[in-house]
Amino acid sequence: MSFISSQKKDLFVHGVFLIVGASGIIILTLIFLFLILEGLPIFDVVSVRDFVLGKEWYPTDINPDYGILPLIAGSAGVVALSSAMAIPLGVFSAIYLAEIAHPKTRAVIKPIVELIEGLPTVVIGFFGMVVVAPLLQELFDLGTGLNMFNASIMLAFMAVPTITSISEDAIYSVPRHMKEGSMALGATHWETIARVIIPASLAGISTAVVLGIARAIGETMVVLMVAGGAAMVPESIFDPVRPMPANIAAEMGNVPFRSDHYHALFAIGLVLFVFTFLFNLLASYLSERHKQVGAATL
Amino acid sequence: MKRILVMIAFLLMGFSLGPLPAMAGELKINGSTTVLPVTQVVAEAFMKDNPGFNFSISGGGSGRGITALIDGTTDIAQTSRWIRDSEVKMAVENGIYPVPFVIAFDSIIPVVHPDNPVDELSLEELRKIYNGEITNWSEVGGPDRRITIISRDSDSGTYVVWGDKVLKGDRMTPRAQMLASNGAIVQAVQDNRHAIGYIGLGYLTDRLKSVKVDGVQPTSTTTASGEYPVSRSLWLITNNWPSGDVLRFINYIQHPDNAHLIEEGGYVPIW
Repeated sequence: MSFISSQKKDLFVHGVFLIVGASGIIILTLIFLFLILEGLPIFDVVSVRDFVLGKEWYPTDINPDYGILPLIAGSAGVVALSSAMAIPLGVFSAIYLAEIAHPKTRAVIKPIVELIEGLPTVVIGFFGMVVVAPLLQELFDLGTGLNMFNASIMLAFMAVPTITSISEDAIYSVPRHMKEGSMALGATHWETIARVIIPASLAGISTAVVLGIARAIGETMVVLMVAGGAAMVPESIFDPVRPMPANIAAEMGNVPFRSDHYHALFAIGLVLFVFTFLFNLLASYLSERHKQVGAATL
Repeated sequence: MKRILVMIAFLLMGFSLGPLPAMAGELKINGSTTVLPVTQVVAEAFMKDNPGFNFSISGGGSGRGITALIDGTTDIAQTSRWIRDSEVKMAVENGIYPVPFVIAFDSIIPVVHPDNPVDELSLEELRKIYNGEITNWSEVGGPDRRITIISRDSDSGTYVVWGDKVLKGDRMTPRAQMLASNGAIVQAVQDNRHAIGYIGLGYLTDRLKSVKVDGVQPTSTTTASGEYPVSRSLWLITNNWPSGDVLRFINYIQHPDNAHLIEEGGYVPIW
């Protein structure tokens, strides 16, 4: 015989799950509050407009300037360029693995792709610095191999496994009868993939793309090592840039506590947070819009 | 058994060493990481000559060393720059009277790839390269290639001195790539035919070419004579005219017989 009634047990379990579930949100809220509290004081020194649109980032000058447009441009540049490389590569690999590859090939390649996902980013950064940078410099006869293009390749390399692995799951889980129905109506394999399977798995693919790119936005080590570190608005894809996470990482260790520079770095963190938030909003909108109703729900 | 202990603590993020137990013959030195290698080498030799003597040497930057001296938590502050007026004022308010001693000289030298035909730049040309007015090697006698400008990160003391002596108050061009250490600059310039960077004299290797500035080749001789324009002194700062152990150490580090120790630490002796 039980000492606790099943009802009480149920209530207890309910409470535990509520606390666990809520803790994530509470911690996130606290982090956000902390960012705001440490970031906002910089706007006593510089207006929001001058901060976000200012082209001069000279935080340690005698007359400091806190304009982060070059840093935002650097982040936007590497993310756009790496997405342009990673999305087609990742999604096409997923289609190949789920639809075209022999099951044995799939059984070999998929675990390898997922293994790449686990590579420490500092290893990827080191590879970019020591191998890719001299190669790019020779190949394109550049001023420096540490630039936006190099950083984008490295970030794409990081994002592809995430995109491939999650998209592949989504494509693979499209119900068999949909595919068979399409084939039975006389569609070729390619028509089936393009018209039936991809639309049906679009919600999963969008999620995969967003997760892959979200990794690229927040990634710090790789951009710190290979992006070149020049706080300029890039004019070409071969210019060195200083994305926001790299800037925070490079300068946070040396700022005097609660100085203007310190607050400015937190405000950059706030901007970064807003970016990822907007991105996630877009993601949930996309996956909602393309959600398949009926038998093909994912 | 007596153990000789040199503690090197890089004090980051506002942590600081607690008071060490008082021992006979002990000195606390705090401050610039540029000066650190020298004081370390000299302290080791000093301990060999004075068995049982202890040192506690820590880096953290010139500013931190001076703050520690003002707070009375260190015996000697090591700095790679002159003490600021505001710091002197604060010290006097705390009853501290800072006295500086030059222990060595250091030059900051522009370096390029050995294949680069440019051998000499004027201070004015260097200023224009670093403030972004000159962007092509052909403007200073080199090939028609864009200059890749490499600099130290803005927190570095070397950056500050370079800014004072070369840029003379101008802002560094945003095109400059900011690297975290002398070693990183050596690496970047030796791999890049179109790059220019600046490093401490002690970091010059065969795989780099140093550039004459205003016709003066940067060497330890031209640094010591004051001919080379981008040089600085390295200092130890004490509270009041030193006495006792502090005086013994200052005498030791400045003694001509120990000049080889300064060279071992990578800098130019005052003798």
